[in-house]
Amino acid sequence: MGRFLVRRLAQALLVLVLIACTNFLIVNAAPGDMVDVMAGESGAADAAYLAALREKYSLDKPLPVRLGRYLGALATLDLGHSFRHNESVVRLILSRFPATLLLMFSALGIALVGGVVLGVAAARRPGSLRDSVISVVALLGYSTPLFWFGLMLTVLMSVKLGLLPSSGMSTIGEDFGTLGNAVDVGKHLLMPAVTLALFYISTYTRLMRASMLEVSGMDFARTAKAKGLNERQVAYRHVLRNAILPLVSLFGVQLGAVLGGSVVVEVVFGWPGLGTLAFDALFQRDYNLLMGILFLSSVLVVVVNLGVDLLYSVLDPRIEVGR
Amino acid sequence: MNAAALAANALPAPALLEVEHLVVESVAGAAPVRLVDDVSFRLEAGGTLAIVGESGCGKSLTALSLLRILPEPGVRLGGGSIRLAGEDLSTASEERLCQVRNGEISMIFQDPIASLNPVQTVGAQIVEAIRSHRDVPRREARRQAIALLRSVHLPDPETRIDYYPHRLSGGMCQRVMIAMALASKPRVLIADEPTTALDTTVQAQVMALLKQAQRETGTAVVLITHNLAVAADAAEDVAVMYAGRIVESGPVRAVFRAPRHPYTKGLLAAIPTGEESGEGGEIPRLVEIAGTVPRPGSLGPGCAFAARCPRRQARCSQERPELASDGDPRRAAACFYPYDGAAP
Amino acid sequence: MIERLGFWPRFARSPTALFGLVILAAIVVLAIVGPFLYAADPWAMATTPFQWPGDDPTHPLGSDNAGRDVLAGLIHGARVSLTIGIVAASAAVFIGVVIGAVAGYFRGVIDDLLMRFTEVFQTIPHFLLVIVLVALLQPSTPIICGAIAIVSWPPVARLVRGQFLTLRQRAFVESCVVIGMSAPRIIFTQILPNCIAPIIVTGSIMVASAILIEAGLSFLGLGDPNSMSWGAMIGFGRQSLRTAWYLAAIPGLAIQLTVLAISFVSEGLNDALNPRLG
Repeated sequence: MGRFLVRRLAQALLVLVLIACTNFLIVNAAPGDMVDVMAGESGAADAAYLAALREKYSLDKPLPVRLGRYLGALATLDLGHSFRHNESVVRLILSRFPATLLLMFSALGIALVGGVVLGVAAARRPGSLRDSVISVVALLGYSTPLFWFGLMLTVLMSVKLGLLPSSGMSTIGEDFGTLGNAVDVGKHLLMPAVTLALFYISTYTRLMRASMLEVSGMDFARTAKAKGLNERQVAYRHVLRNAILPLVSLFGVQLGAVLGGSVVVEVVFGWPGLGTLAFDALFQRDYNLLMGILFLSSVLVVVVNLGVDLLYSVLDPRIEVGR
Repeated sequence: MNAAALAANALPAPALLEVEHLVVESVAGAAPVRLVDDVSFRLEAGGTLAIVGESGCGKSLTALSLLRILPEPGVRLGGGSIRLAGEDLSTASEERLCQVRNGEISMIFQDPIASLNPVQTVGAQIVEAIRSHRDVPRREARRQAIALLRSVHLPDPETRIDYYPHRLSGGMCQRVMIAMALASKPRVLIADEPTTALDTTVQAQVMALLKQAQRETGTAVVLITHNLAVAADAAEDVAVMYAGRIVESGPVRAVFRAPRHPYTKGLLAAIPTGEESGEGGEIPRLVEIAGTVPRPGSLGPGCAFAARCPRRQARCSQERPELASDGDPRRAAACFYPYDGAAP
Repeated sequence: MIERLGFWPRFARSPTALFGLVILAAIVVLAIVGPFLYAADPWAMATTPFQWPGDDPTHPLGSDNAGRDVLAGLIHGARVSLTIGIVAASAAVFIGVVIGAVAGYFRGVIDDLLMRFTEVFQTIPHFLLVIVLVALLQPSTPIICGAIAIVSWPPVARLVRGQFLTLRQRAFVESCVVIGMSAPRIIFTQILPNCIAPIIVTGSIMVASAILIEAGLSFLGLGDPNSMSWGAMIGFGRQSLRTAWYLAAIPGLAIQLTVLAISFVSEGLNDALNPRLG
């Protein structure tokens, strides 16, 4: 187990270094750098001033040197300074991180539970009306642009029915006490979480259904039936337990996609997380912040994938980690 | 412990298992295709019947239909009756069938490792088999499971009971399967190619185990196999299947010594003896049955074997022969021009 | 047991696949012919703003906050979405096939390096990377296609690599190696034709996801400023959600219908090209 962890960590580290380099190259390949933007805004295009700024931010050094310094700083968890917000990038990201995590895991939770329930329901009666309806609904969910769904949901729940708040994470200026505040956040969380979950619920439903059908045809499912177990017992005790394994690995793979999707959902619902931060940083040309967000979200993906691999090896006794 | 006659008009006292005019059909294509076509046989309490034939002749489907665990909805029971001590299972409720499965009729399968749930310990699976038929507390069930494993000669059962199937060899998994199948002392044990996926040395051990279990519990056995030697060694009676139909049946020694149906004769002749002689010192050719097995659904009105039969006459392609005894009431063959049955 | 029918009969067996094909064909026709039949400029301020669909028969789907004709926008949006979808997906498939083939065929160190490279692009959250690329390099249709292609190729590469790894060891390939066939020839004439089916299916799915990504980009304001795309229309309609929610609803339905049709066709292709017996 130890050797496995070490090896995976080393692989992960390599990938992260490559990602950092890629991010750096992408962001710095753009025409014009941060100083141009600052100068353009302040109106002062004095050459000496620009040169001084460049020197301050080390932008006058050649690219490889800057890359090296960036990687070195990264090793000490220094992601630079956001000149826009006038704060360290790390602190900025960490302050917005919890909101995005809350949104992401709520959405994934809804998607996972919903996907399993619907997928199992569809697979137990393949070819039935129930199966067709679930499959079509899943496909519809997959085909719907998340931001549009969010907007339509807002129209229904906020504008027409007035049931849920249309933006933000909590009602500003109000304090309902701990439980009340939690409920308040929950009300704000519901629509964004359901919206973000939409796409993934359809993927999980379809995967669960396919997995259940495939596992039902395997020899041990036949043995279970031959043992005298009824259909429900076979489905839940034997088939489901094996069929859910692919969903676990998918969870890790999906995380990157969910992070991306959360940008759009956060923007639509004004959710104060990393997505809105990244969006603002884009238009403000806050390159340090952008690189920081790209990098840290990649780190998150790597960490979660590692966790998923470990979880998978616990769930499937055939996988012997460390061999 | 006598074998039963198969002709419809020679009926002694009702046997333990009576299958009559069993039809299994595939409904995947445009029209239903018969995969098991009007099969009838009997099994006495404590007896052993081997059903032999090539791959695809329908013997496994026959076995699966006895327990009503056909791979639906693509394949389903198309007709016939399956009587266990008088009760017709073909019309039984699903609830009743759950009681019968592993309670009165048990089954073991071809690939023992694949037939066990990979994410459950073997002990958990045996305990599940025990507790689904009897109300037994978990601890007691575990004790019984260990005893069962010991009775099938699984070494070190107290430890191995907590193993996952992939950690056991094929032979050990098959022992686990046998233990599970015998947990509720069933009246019939169906063994579908129980040794095909195992090494030859292990094969002999598993067959010996089956025989011993049968002796001790008095269970009747239906043995599905394509290996004639195994059938000859383990069974009292044999039914030979071809293209979904039974073409010959009777006591195994008699049938194999002097087969009446041309297909059975061809099967036996195809077994290499090592004594084949070539002409003028050439490498001898193995005997084979000319032609190939017909695809299901492509059979005409006559005998299924007619196209490949060396004794074929005009009648054979027009009329379907029924199983008929000729002289010895214990033997039957579905052929208009069978071999003598007395001389080799 | 089951006869192998030709491709079209197998495809036509599925009613949803046929439905999808019909809808898709209609949208393609609309995109190509539409601008000639309904020659309104989507950017022109054709009428009074905020007309609901059905109010004015000359503008059947109403007008937006600046008086622009919604139907004209819809037609032009079809062009944009389909073009970007197909181009981006094709580019992604091309890149993925090349990388996957090389990795799967040559194995060893080359495979390791290419897989690390692939992992990089699979780990960085896709949509984040796309918006960064588009924003930095200035939004325009080619850049958008390229950015979408850059995040979409990894699954294709993995698929192709997997196929190549298996097929590479098959006897028919080994015999080609032995007789001295050159690597490119083996790749193109022997192995690739055998994995065309899953590539086509994956490619069709990529078209759908490319359309969705492009819609997201335009919604955020990162689309090509010269094209009126469905996502951009939704973006414009966002301001008037309370009163004129049809502005956001209609283009969204168009996207949904298009992606749904493509998904049905993909499934039909999958069933037709990889028939599961029984």
